[in-house]
Amino acid sequence: MGTALLRLQGVVAGYGRGDVLHGVDLTVEEGAVTCLIGPNGAGKSTVLKTVSGLLRPKRGRITLLGRDIGGLSPQAVLSHGVVHVPQERSLFPSMSVWDNVLMGGFVLRDRAVVRRRIEHIADRFPIVANRRHERAGSLSGGEQKIVEIARALMLDPVLVLMDEPSTGLDPRARQLVFHTITEINEGGRTVLLVEQNARSGLAIAHHGAVMESGRVRLEGTGSSLLADPEVARLFLGAAPANRG
Amino acid sequence: MSSDAEDRTRSQAEVTQEATPGSTRQEGRPIQGSAWKRLTWPARRVLRTAGDRYDRMAKPARLGVSAGMVVLAAAVPVLLPYVTADSGYWTSVATKIGIAALLALGLNVVVGFAGLLDLGYVAFFAVGAYTFALLSGAGRYAIAISRSQPNAFKLLPTWHMYFWLLLFVALLVALIAGVVLGTPTLRLRGDYLAIVTLGFGEIVRITATNLNSLTDGSQGVNQIPHPAINVGSVHYNFGLNNEAYYWLLLAVIVIWIFLLRRVNDSRIGRAWAAIREDELAAASMGIPTIQMKLLAFAMGAAVASLGGVIYASQIGFISPDSFQLFSSDFGSVIILAMVVLGGMGGIAGPIVGAALIIFLPERFRFVGDARFLIFGGVLVLVMVLRPQGILPSRRRAAELEGGEVRETSVFEARQAGS
Ligand SMILES: Nc1ncnc2c1ncn2[C@@H]1O[C@H](COP(=O)(O)OP(=O)(O)OP(=O)(O)O)[C@@H](O)[C@H]1O
Ligand SMILES: [Mg+2]
Repeated sequence: MGTALLRLQGVVAGYGRGDVLHGVDLTVEEGAVTCLIGPNGAGKSTVLKTVSGLLRPKRGRITLLGRDIGGLSPQAVLSHGVVHVPQERSLFPSMSVWDNVLMGGFVLRDRAVVRRRIEHIADRFPIVANRRHERAGSLSGGEQKIVEIARALMLDPVLVLMDEPSTGLDPRARQLVFHTITEINEGGRTVLLVEQNARSGLAIAHHGAVMESGRVRLEGTGSSLLADPEVARLFLGAAPANRG
Repeated sequence: MSSDAEDRTRSQAEVTQEATPGSTRQEGRPIQGSAWKRLTWPARRVLRTAGDRYDRMAKPARLGVSAGMVVLAAAVPVLLPYVTADSGYWTSVATKIGIAALLALGLNVVVGFAGLLDLGYVAFFAVGAYTFALLSGAGRYAIAISRSQPNAFKLLPTWHMYFWLLLFVALLVALIAGVVLGTPTLRLRGDYLAIVTLGFGEIVRITATNLNSLTDGSQGVNQIPHPAINVGSVHYNFGLNNEAYYWLLLAVIVIWIFLLRRVNDSRIGRAWAAIREDELAAASMGIPTIQMKLLAFAMGAAVASLGGVIYASQIGFISPDSFQLFSSDFGSVIILAMVVLGGMGGIAGPIVGAALIIFLPERFRFVGDARFLIFGGVLVLVMVLRPQGILPSRRRAAELEGGEVRETSVFEARQAGS
């Protein structure tokens, strides 16, 4: 630990004319879980989209282990081992669960690798094996989220970007999601997590960052942010009330 | 992954699917629906089991069935004299169905596979027809005649042998046209794309009308040479033999279906399915969405162009009026109707749609112009009773019934940042 896997320096990005990110500086350490929190509209999702290539930064640098990945296409970013589990539901609703997970390996050319990976994933995520033939759209929100996370692992990523994976889930499903994230991380992958359930998010995170109005305001270890009275006043009190 | 194993899991998945979505549809039309369902049960049963059976067959059996169908289709001109006294006429109708089926199968790649609403498809049909008409020398001849140039008759094109070369050239021209027109526009989503493509169809037609020095404008080009085969000791001129064009079309269609099946079973087919369902999610899976859409667009354009070449060389005459949006033969709207009526996303659907839409008005010719009324009524009826079309692909039907196909465009986001 200790080396920076992902580094954003002065990243400016937005949709259309106005900027949403006004110079974001953020460092994600290798092998750690970094949790990004902040109020609605702060630009958390925009940061993840900019890293994963869905949005092109207007200015600033995004580097992965020192290599510049800013402005690359989503395919190119994927091939660097960065996957994105977006905030919205992103399974293909009328494809089967199995086909959805296969889709996660779309950029892989080697069919043997694809098969090995999906079998491994089916072992680890029972839902993928048990409900493989069901339409993804017929799964509950929580079940879909687990399948989305499973699908993201098809590429054996070094960095997983996760956008509010626990939102809208019941307490048990939420716990399962957080448990899964911890497991993924213990398997050696770095995680950049955006969370509205800031307490739970920071609790499993090694590092935390607080965003507000398109900038990172505060950074620190997960526990230090949890203890920070300023953070508590601004977000921790409000967040659980906002998003049951 | 072996494709056999994949096929099997896919069809199993579809079996489990069938139980769920059907029930929600029934709830929508409780009374009229059930009576209708009972009445048409045998027909639907046959359609469905036929499709299921075919999908579950082992590869050699499937190949056998396909080969049988091709042989049957090839035998049509031979069998027609036994069925009707007017076999010459019906052979020409069969040829027309051949062109329509080719166009419908081409448009189906754009609309059914890639999920792009293209209302200007006839543009590429026109590109093919005009490419052949002009490169074969017929255009030069038409202009010379209408300017009453001395010795104009010497320009009458006769070099039929180049048909095959020009067929290939027209294919390339349409591929390029498809990429050129598609590159700036395929970033648009649904409705906007439909409007822009509607424009293409008109642009090509209006260009043909006004490019007097090349196309002889609204007069059109006639004396377009027929194809001929001239290999070794074989000399054959297609002339006005409808059977010959029919078989040529059949050959092109068979090759096209073969290619299409290969492409659709590959990762390209999966990419198209993903794009149809959720473009943003498809992009984040690493699918190059624009390239994939462009590929579908260009493939469709190339096929339409082949249809245009064969059409022009058979009829011998084309004018901008042949390529009207609502032209009752091969207008963009009619071809789209064939695809939608027959069922999107598969192979059999567009062929059935094309056959019906060409056949029905011909069959009811005796009632005069009222036949268009009847025809329109039949179309509306089918779409009300079977909105997914007569023979949709299973996957496409599931998408429609699920009603969950989202329309988000990643390019609003991507472009904004660039
Ligand atoms: N596709 C889009 N087009 C235009 N503006 C957008 C788009 N997505 C987000 N925005 C704008 O960007 C700003 C930041 O949005 P973003 O989604 O990054 O916030 P967030 O921090 O993830 O919020 P939340 O907690 O609600 O998910 C918002 O003001 C929003 O209006
Ligand atoms: Mg967000």
